[in-house]
Amino acid sequence: MLRSPGGNPRHLISAADLTRDDAVLILDTAEEMARVADRPIKKLPTLRGRTVVNLFFEDSTRTRISFEAAAKRLSADVINFSAKGSSVSKGESLKDTALTLEAMGADAVVIRHGSSGAPYRLATSGWIDGAVVNAGDGTHEHPTQALLDAFTIRRRLVGADAGLGKDLDGRRVTIVGDILHSRVARSNVHLLTTLGAQVTLVAPPTLVPVGVERWPCEVSYSLDDVLPASDAVMMLRVQRERMNAAYFPTEREYSRRYGLDGLRMAKMPEHAVVMHPGPMNRGMEITAEVADSGRCTAVEQVANGVSVRMAVLYLLLGGSETALPSAAARTEENK
Amino acid sequence: MSTILIRGAKILGGEPADVLIEGESITQVGTGIEAGDATVVEAAGQILLPGLVDLHTHLREPGREDSETVLTGTRAAAAGGFTAVHAMANTFPVADTAGVVEQVWRLGKESGYCDVQPVGAVTVGLEGKQLAELGAMHDSAAGVKVFSDDGKCVDDAVIMRRALEYVKAFDGVVAQHAQEPRLTEGAQMNEGVVSAELGLGGWPAVAEESIIARDVLLAAHVGSRVHICHLSTAGSVEIVRWAKSKGWDVTAEVTPHHLLLTDELVRSYDPVYKVNPPLRTEADVMALREALADGTIDCVATDHAPHPHEDKDCEWAAAAMGMVGLETALSVVQQTMVDTGLIDWAGVADRMSVRPAAIGRLEGHGRPVSAGEPANLTLVDPSYRGTVDPAGFASRSRNTPYKGRELPGRVTHTFLRGRATVVDGKLA
Repeated sequence: MLRSPGGNPRHLISAADLTRDDAVLILDTAEEMARVADRPIKKLPTLRGRTVVNLFFEDSTRTRISFEAAAKRLSADVINFSAKGSSVSKGESLKDTALTLEAMGADAVVIRHGSSGAPYRLATSGWIDGAVVNAGDGTHEHPTQALLDAFTIRRRLVGADAGLGKDLDGRRVTIVGDILHSRVARSNVHLLTTLGAQVTLVAPPTLVPVGVERWPCEVSYSLDDVLPASDAVMMLRVQRERMNAAYFPTEREYSRRYGLDGLRMAKMPEHAVVMHPGPMNRGMEITAEVADSGRCTAVEQVANGVSVRMAVLYLLLGGSETALPSAAARTEENK
Repeated sequence: MSTILIRGAKILGGEPADVLIEGESITQVGTGIEAGDATVVEAAGQILLPGLVDLHTHLREPGREDSETVLTGTRAAAAGGFTAVHAMANTFPVADTAGVVEQVWRLGKESGYCDVQPVGAVTVGLEGKQLAELGAMHDSAAGVKVFSDDGKCVDDAVIMRRALEYVKAFDGVVAQHAQEPRLTEGAQMNEGVVSAELGLGGWPAVAEESIIARDVLLAAHVGSRVHICHLSTAGSVEIVRWAKSKGWDVTAEVTPHHLLLTDELVRSYDPVYKVNPPLRTEADVMALREALADGTIDCVATDHAPHPHEDKDCEWAAAAMGMVGLETALSVVQQTMVDTGLIDWAGVADRMSVRPAAIGRLEGHGRPVSAGEPANLTLVDPSYRGTVDPAGFASRSRNTPYKGRELPGRVTHTFLRGRATVVDGKLA
């Protein structure tokens, strides 16, 4: 179902590896998982006896607890391995860490790493047998973030039930901010395009990568020009330190030209939503007024993240058919 | 005194001829030379070249003997058909004093596989701040003529100017590693379409080209010669071509890997493809081949950069930069330049022996294959086809980007001043 470029169907490394049908299946499965979250007992026995390791070389409490909640709701055993205070801080290599996890019998490794390509190396170097899920690598990709974003867009613009089986055909998604350093942007460009959406990137030219002209999306330097033609506007976190490297002159100038405030939000079509992967820099890329408005999906995205990650772990680790018959059946069809 | 008769080899790819080696020299070249009691090397169909000369080799000793030593590096060089290599200065300690360059020079003498000409650092500790004692290194037994902070760029324009001027006193040359440091902070690969997708820090072509442009202007201004290490972009070619058209004394080298490989390979995130300067685009590769063919780029230099396995068996960002190259250089040049019709074997002799020896002012190498010349020779079987197997390397390191790749040609014999260092493809 999920293929790495090596053809191995057990990993989720890049959103670019997902076909339209793969992606729709994950979103549909996530809808079913979301229903579990509405039950009084939010737990399925599907991955009982399986071990999921959260291997986090970078601090990311949000993503880690999201994967942890997802795995636990599927009854998997979860081991959290954080680089700080571990053997990694004593100079252990990624390879030795991987071999250690392998020896402990990890069925899946969810990896967050500061180096682009580290999950790909983990999946393709023969160090481990388990499934590898990329939870964010350097400035490369963050595929489950893109999946939860797509899930959120589909729910809001098409509907939870009405959206089943559907993609994002013709929806216009604008991604604003530090595209150059954003793994979220890269994954979203791949996935949203695969799902039929039209993506426009908006940033100061300094924060757009050289080579972007080959990406399947538009690039604009003007947020105001793009807002009226957006069905969803995704605001990326912009690190204040970037101004020290001359990517932009000051925080205030960035905020004036590329921040989303109430006035700008009013230029968006009525149905359009504002998204943010978090954590937000209130007052920088987004004002409190927008962040706290009903059009902002930031909190929903967190909840959806658990459902999407449940779907990914379920589909990768092959859950029992009794727990989720419909999704399992579709998995078979897609093989 | 040993006597060797090489029978029926095509000298520089020309008509078959016999070459008689007596002692350290070539004594006869012709047809139908009597063998007498000479050891005969049957060389029908093979190409005889002057021993190859590498202007750019990292032998790692002293300091990183876990990746290479002068002995293993010179064995690799002989296996690759080289009779002389220039050992880069970025060792530990740095080769920035007469003492260190003499140590490397002495280790080369002891190895016996290949002449080792140490390169001296331009600045103390490669720090780019204070000139090293260039004169002392020149005056030492090592007789240094080529100075380079390779691995780092001499980025301070004043230091570079002074170095260019200073070495004129003893006909030295500064070999610049052209890399504008601010433009390449955190750089991991060529900046372009692939880096944008992979999310790896970009090493833009302009970081190389801007330094080359500055340095050819500086060299012209002070009337010095400058050599550009591992030129890697189409834009750099244009600048060097322009400088040469002005009559300025600018020379340049290209590595075998930049003649063959592109940044598309980085999609594998396999650090075996991580090298500095980085692999560029197909358009750059084509421009480099053309420039080597038309002489804009003077020579091929390997930038042989051994690293231990653990420095490549890791994630991309953590990996060391560099590739071994001595044992595959000639094959890559055959594939990219000869088999494509861009140059002939005389051209290979020129670009891999004559010109690098001339740039390094190296005596006894890069000489014609004729009577009275030192018997520094390389015999190549161009019809050979083989798959690269790093396990068979003489180098202590295995970080080759060509593992499993089929490459043409094989060095069957190498002679260093009449002594066979390689016989039938094996180290003697």
